[in-house]
Amino acid sequence: MELTVGSNQFFWPAETWSGFYDDLTRSPVDRVVIGELVCSKRLSFYQDRIPEAISKLVEAGKEVALTSLALVTLKRERKLTAELAEMGVTVEINDLTALAYLLEGSDFSVGPLVNVYNEGTITWLASRGARRVCLPPELPIGSVETLAKAATDLGIAIEVWGHGRLPLAISGRCYHARLHGRSKDNCQFACEEDPDGLDVLTVEGRPFMAMNGVQTLSDSYACIDHQIELLRSAGVSALRLSPQSKGFVQLCTLYRQRIDRTLSEGELANAVLSFNPGVHLSDGFLTGACGAEWSGTSNS
Amino acid sequence: MVMEIVCPAGTPAALRAAVKAGAHTVYCGFNDETNARNFPGLNFNRSEMRDGVAFAHARGAKVLVAINTFPRAGDEAIWHRAVGDAEACGADAVILADLGLLDHASRNHPGLRRHLSVQAAAANADVINFYAGTFGVRRVVLPRVLSVPEIAAINAEAEVETEVFVFGGLCVMAEGRCSLSSYATGLSPNMNGVCSPASHVEYNEDQGVLDARLGGYLIHRVDRGEPAPYPTLCKGCFSAGEKAGHLFEDPVSLNAERLIPQLQKAGVTALKIEGRQRSKSYVAQVVRNFRAAVDALEARRPMPEGMLARLSEGQAMTTGAYKKTWR
Repeated sequence: MELTVGSNQFFWPAETWSGFYDDLTRSPVDRVVIGELVCSKRLSFYQDRIPEAISKLVEAGKEVALTSLALVTLKRERKLTAELAEMGVTVEINDLTALAYLLEGSDFSVGPLVNVYNEGTITWLASRGARRVCLPPELPIGSVETLAKAATDLGIAIEVWGHGRLPLAISGRCYHARLHGRSKDNCQFACEEDPDGLDVLTVEGRPFMAMNGVQTLSDSYACIDHQIELLRSAGVSALRLSPQSKGFVQLCTLYRQRIDRTLSEGELANAVLSFNPGVHLSDGFLTGACGAEWSGTSNS
Repeated sequence: MVMEIVCPAGTPAALRAAVKAGAHTVYCGFNDETNARNFPGLNFNRSEMRDGVAFAHARGAKVLVAINTFPRAGDEAIWHRAVGDAEACGADAVILADLGLLDHASRNHPGLRRHLSVQAAAANADVINFYAGTFGVRRVVLPRVLSVPEIAAINAEAEVETEVFVFGGLCVMAEGRCSLSSYATGLSPNMNGVCSPASHVEYNEDQGVLDARLGGYLIHRVDRGEPAPYPTLCKGCFSAGEKAGHLFEDPVSLNAERLIPQLQKAGVTALKIEGRQRSKSYVAQVVRNFRAAVDALEARRPMPEGMLARLSEGQAMTTGAYKKTWR
């Protein structure tokens, strides 16, 4: 089983951004998806750093893909999306708009924000050139098994969301701007203050969601510790780890050890919790009654 | 041309009421998980659908069948059958969102007109033209993330008709891209055709305070006597940082009746009313009002004023993303 680092969902200062991808060159991951997923306004702060980061990662032996935005509406965003095809690396489509710009027959990857729920969809995507699909995080294990089987026959590699806050929704409205009493056009980049998203609690104080600009995430961090064997036998070929601001390379190492069986079931979750104090874990989309559930015994 | 009013019908009685009230078009779904309003006691069995289409056609109205959830892996046959049955019932079009189902319908039912559901969240002209070119989609229902000038820009470049929501429930998130409901309850719009399902709602009153929960999460807390809105996730009251309140959206519903002239200028073909879960009398009243509005517009008469406020059940109204400041 391989490890893919998903695109960073958050807005970090350019220096932090570069440092993060420098560190990944020394991490035990196979593949890195880079670029802006959530908000096109963030991109100008680090866009010119992307080519260098790609070169360094490729030099370090990592496969690299470039993500599209999750929601493409503005003219400027359409132009940015069209230009992805000219960067010389695989494009990961996270809005079908990106596919409209790819030459028919060129290979591409499909990210977790494209709705791939069934064999018909994955077959159609394969016919268009999809070679890798990260399934939507909301899929239950039964669907993952069926799709992984179909994908094997189609020559598509299947990834499953393995770690990190789950992307639950994307909107035209910026919640960070709204929280600060600003409009989206005058957001003053409020989301930069929350490098892992801003916790959203119920009125009783129970953690529930996290806001990240136009995106809404889960409060809990997905952790695939208890399903790795299940996914491996289903034919899932990679786990996707979603970037977080602290300790990410160590985290990648822990998942690598769990895949290589030097960490056993339960040890990974304990280790993830011990260096993410206060974090809640979940794996309910795969095997629980709802997404927020956690099948482990320990939690913060 | 007069703008087309597209009305919801959750039951055969609502379909007949909508047609009699002047709906140009009615949309409905089969009574299973193939449609995004899969509520108990709602929607049409096959013979009701056939009769409903015949009733509408006899009065010059069209019927669209929404098959707009995402087929479950291993069970696609249920959704394929729904498309075939919609065609057999004489439907004027199917409303689809899933790529696999669009591909299936375009290959196996080429004569059946295809509309793209709002659940596909096609939010720019390039992707709309891609759906048109690839699957022969003839009309796109636009997601509720766009302003009126953006809709006009899309219509200037799009090769197909557009339909926009003008009244009823309002999704704050891009439709078809939201798993909030399944995170809290296990049931989602995409997979099950439900959002914030009633089966997971609990109300609890204690010492004059009414709590509304969804999947155990407290969504609203109000004092006795205050209006207690249904606990729809994205319209709940939460806290973040130092702030508390309706962080995503207030408990509002959409009313864009005053924007009808602007939407016509923006090149929109059809105006859609949300609410297949609504009663036939509600549907008839909304239809009458919107029909009067588009007829007035077509005849260059002044628009009837504020006609729908009383239908919003005391809820606040918004024009949503149509005004850019909403974002």
